[in-house]
Amino acid sequence: MTTLILILAGYIALLFLFSHFGKTVGKKIALYSVLILVALVMLLPFYMMFVMSTLKTNEIYSFPPILTFGSNLGANWEKMNKSVDLLKAFGNSCLVTFSYVFLSLLFCSMGGYAFSIYDFPGKNTLFAILLATMMVPATAGMIPWFLMMSKIGWINDFKALIIPGCANAFGIFWMRQYCKNNVPKALMEAARIDGCSEWTIFFRVIAPVLLPAYASLGIMNFVNQWNEFTQSLLILKRQKFFTLPLLLRSMVSDRGNDYGAIMLASTCAVLPLLIVFLVFSKYFMSGLTAGAIKE
Amino acid sequence: MAQPKKKGFLSTLYQNRVAYVYIAPFYILFLVFNLFPMVAGFLLSFFRWDGLSDMHFTGLQNYVNLFNDPLFWKALWNTLFIGIIAHIPILLGGLILAYILNSKLVKFNNLFKTIYFMPMVTSAVAITIIFSNLFGYNYGLLNWFLSLFGEAPINWLGGDGSLIKVAVIVMFAWKWIGWNMVIYLAGMQGISNDIYEAAEIDGATHVDVIFRIMIPLLKPIILFTLIQSTIGMFNLFTEPFVLTGSSWTGGTNNGALTLMIYLLNKAPQGGTLYGYASAVAYVITIMIILISTLLNKVTEEREPKQRKAVRA
Repeated sequence: MTTLILILAGYIALLFLFSHFGKTVGKKIALYSVLILVALVMLLPFYMMFVMSTLKTNEIYSFPPILTFGSNLGANWEKMNKSVDLLKAFGNSCLVTFSYVFLSLLFCSMGGYAFSIYDFPGKNTLFAILLATMMVPATAGMIPWFLMMSKIGWINDFKALIIPGCANAFGIFWMRQYCKNNVPKALMEAARIDGCSEWTIFFRVIAPVLLPAYASLGIMNFVNQWNEFTQSLLILKRQKFFTLPLLLRSMVSDRGNDYGAIMLASTCAVLPLLIVFLVFSKYFMSGLTAGAIKE
Repeated sequence: MAQPKKKGFLSTLYQNRVAYVYIAPFYILFLVFNLFPMVAGFLLSFFRWDGLSDMHFTGLQNYVNLFNDPLFWKALWNTLFIGIIAHIPILLGGLILAYILNSKLVKFNNLFKTIYFMPMVTSAVAITIIFSNLFGYNYGLLNWFLSLFGEAPINWLGGDGSLIKVAVIVMFAWKWIGWNMVIYLAGMQGISNDIYEAAEIDGATHVDVIFRIMIPLLKPIILFTLIQSTIGMFNLFTEPFVLTGSSWTGGTNNGALTLMIYLLNKAPQGGTLYGYASAVAYVITIMIILISTLLNKVTEEREPKQRKAVRA
């Protein structure tokens, strides 16, 4: 351990020297070295996952570890398809996630819009209740929630993952803030004079204005639901209902599975969302951190 | 929906029906799927019930049993240990990275931000599968790295079960550091440049700027991330569960047993102790609320009232 600690201490000391007494170039080197080191640590697991999905099982377990791509991708693909139905799980994940995102965006924008635009009796009390619900963790009702799902027959049913959480307090709160700042009342008045019903106003006039908010909230809900594991584990018991995280879990706990195939399945589960993220990273980062930062 | 004929309460309801219809989904769903289970859970925690036969009222017996169960204390200790240690790199690392990226000397900010944020969009199960390989005893990348420095391989995931927490901490930190960094960076970019320039003229060092200017100004944002990751800590389940090969007891010597695994092992996954599990759920809930309130209090004392975080 001593060698490692010495190297680390030396590195930190060098950083300190550079950043305090160095010229601009020295400072730059120090800052970039930290950034690049951390970036390598963040990227390494992804890289290793991609590498291992192209290796044979005995190559994965070899020492020293193989750090370059192998040639077993095709065989791993065949093995994976023999043991699990990845496409089915992918479809299930899509079904759950897209339905959840669609419903949550609809209900949250409706609620947020109503709270920001309309004046109605009880508005302040109702909004205070909504805010208060965000303070109580859902853990409190977890057990009866599960019992309820089994009573109404929603075990092995995607509805249990979609319906209960789709109109959530945070989404409504967030949509309200957005509506307040971005929906001009004149727009509604004009539409009303033209004889639009309230319903038409919302879908034809307001919804297009809310598109950026839909994007952020949609991304947040999409990522959370796509990667959701705990609830899914309680609800979805049968293999044909498995979402991607559940499928991966079942592959690992089933000892007979080929490790290269598991790695390939992980890659397949992670890659689509990762690619979308890399393309739209700006929107993802603002969407997923939306709660913390004022718009 | 009520008819408009009647004056008074119902007619006001009717006049504003559009608004009520728009906000109704939340209140209906919350009532049915959140509030009802919460109340039921509270009541259930005073009963012994296996989900099928008659319920037996046992008073506080579930809570007494809970506090007498050494396994519960073990789970609590593990959860707090993992959470608290992991917060050091998350908070400090997040702040330092944000500080560096906020510096004018550095380019490619978006590239680095994107890389650090990647774990947030990745399935925790997949992450755990990869890390369980990297932490492998005879083949893992980490032990190979250590061997380059002449270290003997360490049995991270096996052994007496104490080192598995290190793996969970590494994963927890690896996942959340980017999220915190992006939030801190946005906060730092909101701080006026004049303040930094004034500090520079006064001869402040980097350490001064971080601890005297940034952290006090970012306090509401730091508080927000702290509360979020505290909730994340108490809900910690996927990583230790998958890392131990779906063990409901947290692997060797309960080394990775967290509160959430403990809870779900009582019911509905492992057993059918629904009353007891409800008591566990309530204890966890109370701890989350207590810690959040405490964190709020600690920061509020030194903070002028008008600058609060947009909590949510």
